[in-house]
Amino acid sequence: MKFVDEFRDPQKARILLQEIEGLVKRIPICLDRPIWIMEVCGGHTHTIFRYGLNKMLPKEVEFIHGPGCPVCVLPRGRVDDCIALAERAEVIMTTFGDAMRVTGSKKNLLQAKAEGADVRMVYSPLDALNLARVNPDREVVFFGLGFETTMPSTALTILQAKQEGIKNFSIFCNHITIIPTIKAILDSPDLQLDGFLGPGHVSMVIGTKPYSFIADYYRRPITIAGFEPLDILQSVWMVLKQLAEGRCEVENQYTRIVPPDGNTQSLEAIQEVFELREFFEWRGLGSIDHSGVRVREEFSAFDAERKFPLPNLKIADPTSCQCGEVLKGVIKPSQCKVFGTACTPQNPLGALMVSTEGACAAYYNYGWIPEEDLHPARSPV
Amino acid sequence: MCLGIPGQIVEISNVEHKLAIVNVGGVRREVNIACIVDKEHSPGSCVGDWVLIHVGFAMSRIDEKEAKRTIELLTEMGEVQTEIQAMRQSNTS
Repeated sequence: MKFVDEFRDPQKARILLQEIEGLVKRIPICLDRPIWIMEVCGGHTHTIFRYGLNKMLPKEVEFIHGPGCPVCVLPRGRVDDCIALAERAEVIMTTFGDAMRVTGSKKNLLQAKAEGADVRMVYSPLDALNLARVNPDREVVFFGLGFETTMPSTALTILQAKQEGIKNFSIFCNHITIIPTIKAILDSPDLQLDGFLGPGHVSMVIGTKPYSFIADYYRRPITIAGFEPLDILQSVWMVLKQLAEGRCEVENQYTRIVPPDGNTQSLEAIQEVFELREFFEWRGLGSIDHSGVRVREEFSAFDAERKFPLPNLKIADPTSCQCGEVLKGVIKPSQCKVFGTACTPQNPLGALMVSTEGACAAYYNYGWIPEEDLHPARSPV
Repeated sequence: MCLGIPGQIVEISNVEHKLAIVNVGGVRREVNIACIVDKEHSPGSCVGDWVLIHVGFAMSRIDEKEAKRTIELLTEMGEVQTEIQAMRQSNTS
């Protein structure tokens, strides 16, 4: 248990791990198989691997890494559309660093940039708006992506652009929404989960109440978790305690950041600017109803999808990649045929290898050979 | 993108547009504070507050102790360096 010494409060970590050992013995599921807990958020995946939490926990507890890395789940067709926009002579395409490396059917934004497209990395949509101010003769497009954590920032930037009457700024909107996604996972026939760690910063925006269907309808416990290793251990303990006591509730471990009702100002901005799409395509998961948002018609001047013609082609996922099975937890990253060979963080083939929050990149970067592979794979249920 | 980074509001740069200057690990940067301004918190009253910043937007008020602990942890994970580099390299002209 040498890793525990790295914790801010090693004593507390030891006590939690002891209590977890005790709780596991009281949960009947693990007589037959491990307890499967999905961490929905890519930030949690990163912490789990960085601190080796998966190796510290008893073998009866397994993490299933959820789809919560927005860059990783962008389908190739949307990346192609983004590249087509970027290659227009009048366009300056702006995006976060991670999004530049995710590949479409032929290339990624970095390669498009090398071939002459004007693609610029920005830290914030505010910086993209500033580029529009100082380049009035160009069209600045911001590649907007992320769950509810970043959705308010895009919405507020559009509101700001409208208020200032800026005409040469628009969003290529790929924002996705968490609740329909979790619902699709729960409805998936080849996936069985016993509980969830809920995303911390998405919940800072939407609050804890939207998750109640998970407890009430699907009868699974969920704990909204912070990002420190101790937060995650404590949240796992909370989920296991619910399982041991036969309870299914929405609990909040991350109360220091997550209020029950979320952030009112953020929710109002999202509501004003965006509306649900009927469906949105995900890499590895296919189409999920109501899982994405688009810009409302009254803001159409700021919607790149309405402003410019797009190829809008549906491109199938690469055949050699098994990102979908990894996302659903059916196989572990290291069991994918191309993991670590044709697909590495330096040359990602699948989207889960692109961002540090992707399950495959986390596996690759933080030592994936040990114990896990000695345990048998999950079989579809 | 998902973890965010703590910073301290040092001045209000534009009251009407709810913009403020924050100090993030020694780097000054303008952020939008619309999500943490309400009836009880006017923009002016936010100076000195510690906030959690996601892609240039202050999304939540946090206490100073929590902010410092989070910075330590994010430094350990290499995230502070990445965020600050992204802020520095952000192409705005």
